[in-house]
Amino acid sequence: MKATSRAFKANARHALGDPNLQRAMVNLRTGFAERRAHAVAQLPEWEELREQAVAIKKDALAHLDFYLEAFEQKVIANGGQVHWCRDAAEANETVLAICRRLGAKTVTKGKSMIGEEIGINDHLAANGVTPVETDLGEYIIQIRHEPPSHIIAPAVHLVKEQIAQSFRETHRDLDPARPLMDSRQMCDEARAVLRPRFLAADVGITGANFLVAETGSSIIVTNEGNGDLTQTLPKAHIVLASLEKVVPTLEDATTILRLLARSATGQEFSSYTTVSTGPRRRDDADGPGEYHVVLLDNGRSALLGGEFEDMLRCIRCAACLNHCPVYRAIGGQSYGWVYPGPMGSVLTPSLIGIEAAGNLPNASTFCGQCESVCPMKIPLPKMMRHWREREFQRHLPPPAYRLGLAAWAFFARRPALYRLVADVGARVLGVIGRGRGRFRALPLAAGWTQTRDMPAPEGRSFMSLWVERQSQRKPR
Amino acid sequence: MNGSRDQTLNSIRRSLKRGPLAPEAAAACETRLATHRRNLIPARARTLPPRGQVELFVKMAETVNATVARVKQAADVPAAIADYLSQLNLPARLVRAPDPALDALPWSERPLLETRRGVAEDSDPVGVTACFAAVAETGTLMLHSGAAGPTRNNFLPDTHVVVLRASQMVAAYEDGWDKLRAAYSRDGGFAMPRTVNFITGPSRTADIEQKIELGAHGPRRLHIVLIDDGEAA
Repeated sequence: MKATSRAFKANARHALGDPNLQRAMVNLRTGFAERRAHAVAQLPEWEELREQAVAIKKDALAHLDFYLEAFEQKVIANGGQVHWCRDAAEANETVLAICRRLGAKTVTKGKSMIGEEIGINDHLAANGVTPVETDLGEYIIQIRHEPPSHIIAPAVHLVKEQIAQSFRETHRDLDPARPLMDSRQMCDEARAVLRPRFLAADVGITGANFLVAETGSSIIVTNEGNGDLTQTLPKAHIVLASLEKVVPTLEDATTILRLLARSATGQEFSSYTTVSTGPRRRDDADGPGEYHVVLLDNGRSALLGGEFEDMLRCIRCAACLNHCPVYRAIGGQSYGWVYPGPMGSVLTPSLIGIEAAGNLPNASTFCGQCESVCPMKIPLPKMMRHWREREFQRHLPPPAYRLGLAAWAFFARRPALYRLVADVGARVLGVIGRGRGRFRALPLAAGWTQTRDMPAPEGRSFMSLWVERQSQRKPR
Repeated sequence: MNGSRDQTLNSIRRSLKRGPLAPEAAAACETRLATHRRNLIPARARTLPPRGQVELFVKMAETVNATVARVKQAADVPAAIADYLSQLNLPARLVRAPDPALDALPWSERPLLETRRGVAEDSDPVGVTACFAAVAETGTLMLHSGAAGPTRNNFLPDTHVVVLRASQMVAAYEDGWDKLRAAYSRDGGFAMPRTVNFITGPSRTADIEQKIELGAHGPRRLHIVLIDDGEAA
């Protein structure tokens, strides 16, 4: 997928002015966060589970080579194959080669962020294989030719009227006069349209929430059941997974599963948690004849051992998106690549480079909500700060921004001068603004005063008051 | 693709500033995989007596829109299913998984219930399956594939009816794993079934304006017939 992250500011401005998007985002602002808080409150062991989950992933990452080789051995022992892929192009070619060998015409897909990252749909379509997204949200954005706006609710930026219109434009063989007023009708229509696609597909592609070294299994977590139909009915099941998904044992996966659904949708457990190990066995009544795991690196191995290693603990629950004031205002597409929100602001520059990721590490107020709700305790604000520093070092921010920061740094390094200027500035502004009590415009601060007034300072600076009050405290 | 495999492993080791794991460290990882030690298990179900686990399971399953009918003995199951289908005006036509436990039920006592044994088709409105275990912690059913358990029977029919015995109840997922390991270990090795399904309520989606709708692609209804076979008491 081509990144438009450099245009983040323009994208965000556009999103703020999009009435449909703004109406749709209202649903997200309350739903996810409340349901998560409720689910967490039901589990007294929450904090302890988080600690253990972090320890599991740290161990997995510290011994990643070992666990991946152990995983591969088990997959092979169970009759499956692991395809190690350095980058998106290699992963795409691998999937296409399997499809071609099987003479596949259509491929059903469960939701996969790795699929988005490598752009598998475009690659298959360009080579004569039709990909069919089956997760309802993914299906909606596929027929609208849009990228996802959320990592677990890809169509969260749309209102139902937009979806109904897309259904009418796409499902042309259905009665044009049929009612499509509510989510029930649209859900039923998608079910009816996609059922024959499930049955006809030659290959099924899913993502993976976990790979299990102990057993050579992949695990997916879904609510719709689309992932299960996708991987059960066709001739082959292809799993798209990045290498940091591996955990040592079923018990380890289980511990993190207790955090995943609660953090994501606020459910105690998702409707379907499915563990897949190899192709169908000789006596099995059904199941895919082939099982392939496409194991993608795409820059992740380079993050190990460095300041962004913690990001590899991410389990893609989207809690950081759901609690981020910036994400909640503008939605996910403004971020311009696959992963939006705070986790995207850290991961995107890690995977495609800070030059291409543009302003993303700045798309944060550093309120810290993301880190506090992250089940894997990933220090997202700290890592965004690391990216800001790198961005500055590489002279990427615009000159005015750099000049402003340099001026601030000049004073910040000279506390006495800083205090003097702040004190004088506050007094002067206080005198000038005495009448109105606020400023409509200030020189050099138009960006700030364009949308709000600056209150006039009411006297002295914090530091001078602090010094005065400290000296007034009674000595012991 | 061997080149990519080596490159990936080398890249991981370069970042971790080491070569392949030292023998002692590798042995520790081997042990970790072989012993699959349990992590923290929430007290919620673990501390309950068997009867309490059954009650918790029913409560949790109903919270996520599953329905539960309780019968005294296995022989009552066909009647319970027939009653359920007729109450909801659903077709009295079902496909049942080729499972010996289901074969043993007295289906012929309900002649109006049309039953077929085998793998589900798209046209089957109702699927009846057995299950491997049930997890009290979250009202979750545990099923697996095999000769007796076609996976598609859990997903294709509009209505999924699961026959569960109270004695199959476990407190936590970890108990389910151990039960599975015990059932499928031969010559010291664990032969994991191709598919293990943890099912918690019927299929659902909230992808349109965050509104929850049941029956996205999988079953619209999940009905559990619970046989109180006393062993859990």
